[in-house]
Amino acid sequence: MTEQVTDARDTTASPTTKPWGGRTSSGSASGDKVFAGLAYGAGGLILLVLAFVAVFLITESLPALAPTVFSQQDSIASADSFWVYVMPLIGGTLMASAIAIVLATPVAIGIALYISHYAPRRLATPVGYVIDLLAAIPSVVYGAWGMITLSTAMVPIYGWLHDHLGFLPFFAGDPSTTGRTLLTSGVVLAVMILPIITSLCREIFLQTPKLHEEAALALGATQWEMVKMTVFPFARAGIISSVMLGLGRALGETMAVTLVLSGGVFGLSLISSGNQTIPSEIALNFPEAFGMRQSELIAAGLMLFIITLVVNMIARWIVSRHKEFSGAN
Amino acid sequence: MSTALKKPDEGHTPSAPPSSKPNGRSTKPKNSLTAGQKPGWTWMVVAAASLAVGAGLIALIASEGFSFAGWLILSAIVYVIGMYVTTRVIENKRRATDGLWRNLVWAAFIVALIPLVSLLWTVFAQGLPTLLSNPGLLTEDMSTTNGATDAATQDEGAPLSGGFVHGLIGTLMITVVATVISVPIGLMASIYLVEYSRGGWFARTITFFVDVMTGIPSIVAGLFAFAAVQLFITTFLGESPVYLQMVKMGLSAAIALSVLMIPVVVRSTEEMLRVVPNELREASYALGVRKWKTIMKVVLPTSISGIASGVTLAIARVTGETAPILVTAGFLATTNWNPFSGWMTALPVYIYRQLVNPTAPAAPVPSEMRAWAAALVLIIIVMLLNLVARIVAQAFAPKKTGR
Repeated sequence: MTEQVTDARDTTASPTTKPWGGRTSSGSASGDKVFAGLAYGAGGLILLVLAFVAVFLITESLPALAPTVFSQQDSIASADSFWVYVMPLIGGTLMASAIAIVLATPVAIGIALYISHYAPRRLATPVGYVIDLLAAIPSVVYGAWGMITLSTAMVPIYGWLHDHLGFLPFFAGDPSTTGRTLLTSGVVLAVMILPIITSLCREIFLQTPKLHEEAALALGATQWEMVKMTVFPFARAGIISSVMLGLGRALGETMAVTLVLSGGVFGLSLISSGNQTIPSEIALNFPEAFGMRQSELIAAGLMLFIITLVVNMIARWIVSRHKEFSGAN
Repeated sequence: MSTALKKPDEGHTPSAPPSSKPNGRSTKPKNSLTAGQKPGWTWMVVAAASLAVGAGLIALIASEGFSFAGWLILSAIVYVIGMYVTTRVIENKRRATDGLWRNLVWAAFIVALIPLVSLLWTVFAQGLPTLLSNPGLLTEDMSTTNGATDAATQDEGAPLSGGFVHGLIGTLMITVVATVISVPIGLMASIYLVEYSRGGWFARTITFFVDVMTGIPSIVAGLFAFAAVQLFITTFLGESPVYLQMVKMGLSAAIALSVLMIPVVVRSTEEMLRVVPNELREASYALGVRKWKTIMKVVLPTSISGIASGVTLAIARVTGETAPILVTAGFLATTNWNPFSGWMTALPVYIYRQLVNPTAPAAPVPSEMRAWAAALVLIIIVMLLNLVARIVAQAFAPKKTGR
């Protein structure tokens, strides 16, 4: 049906512009061309901007990526080579995002299920608003909250984790007395990506074919069995891609980590201060940086850009591949 | 026949039917549909029991005193397990699993509410008293505030000096410029996608990369704007420090925000344009109206409410951005109205700087108070923008029926 409609538009659209040449009173042929050109140009500009993002970042980071070639120096400002400098940062970024994903995914899927299948009809919409509210809160406010409220609340938990699970490398080391650690940052990140994963999962859960659900219930399945047999298989690709999109957001989130974490050298311990993430490193040092230091930070940003680009492209690819055979749009 | 009417589960729970028979004093007749189910008050009993068990456990575990939060969390865990075991004993395993997951889904919802409530409570409790007792925060900038005045505030109880009007102005100017840049581009791009492209490779590429752009980290957008403006200035003006100083200005921040804003505008506008019924376009074409006039006079007015609400949401999103402005617009204690020259302070950056680098390092309390008041104002602005977007979308939505 939709095919027919678009066809109809296509056939009506092009002939009208030709036979009545410049005779009509509603605009002129040149207006049509200019407008089409503008629209085309705006589309092209978006691609151009994305290309420029990559090109400018690469240009500005070349002095740090290859110091001997582009700036006649043996080493960069803060380490022997760029990779020695950036690897711990990438490690910290990945660890913080991993914590966020591990914590946020089950809760997000739970809430999405709650809204789509479990909540009373009267509650489902307000709960959706509340989750959107979480998404609307600025990141700097999350950071301030994590820095003042959450980190204090986490201190006794860190002490407990250290006493009882200290044999794991993650909980070894002296627990921080301020609570401003990578784990706290990860928790704040989890809260921040929760609404993204939730809203995407909710959309997909709602698209589960009603007939599948009713068939499962008619066969005597309990509600959970219905969810397990119809909703999850239908939504698997969607869940994966929404988690990936959440991961992309967590990787690039700056203020939560900058404000919460009292950074330091890379280490596996999550409950003592230390570690640093790329965005936080940039935000902390860029305002005062110049010359080589600036190139270093832009190069670190380039690494972050590449990582998030790959994560996002995989997620989008899963979505677009899934769309074609599920009829989910 | 009567056995066929019974629930299939009943066979697995031999304990249930006999238990109801000896108690034969039941006033209401036995219902074969509800037989074998746990009575409606089970959850209350389990909840009371788990609160008691939780209190016992927390007394065992917690070394220093009684923790109210710990008690509630432990009780919740005990409750979920207790409900599972109870249902499994009274009913059967399948129902118990069902109930377990139902409880876990509810738990997920409650767990998500905790940070939201805690965050809003923190911001209001810290920010509101300061804001109410110092309305001057909204009308002053930081030009008269220094370490001495803050120390006086903290130690001698002098009134809180300074404010964040320069942050409000900076946020306003940067957001306006970013909107002016990104709305036309986003609007035209989505018009191209919906009205002109025939689903070719170019349109598909744009859609894909717009989606990818949505995921660009905000700090990378800031770095991009910085690098772009710096490259532009050094190429056309020169490399002296005077010109390098010029890179940090409101316009650079606006470019950074545009990179974040354009994809949001494109996605929401595209959706709205696709909703416009084709009959409207065809009616317009049939009257001999040109395509661009049709778009301007028919398609856009029909979808303007959705577009306006999408743009408002995009503005709300970039208003709260900190990192890109931090690296592109610098930080200033005084008011700067000109986005094309000089450093500018945005409200989120103000909050960040006040928290991280207090005006008086020895007396950080006044800075924290200002930061929380500013955070409250920022949250209110963003919430209002979201509310406006919702109202616009609902109040001016075109009628979808009647065609």
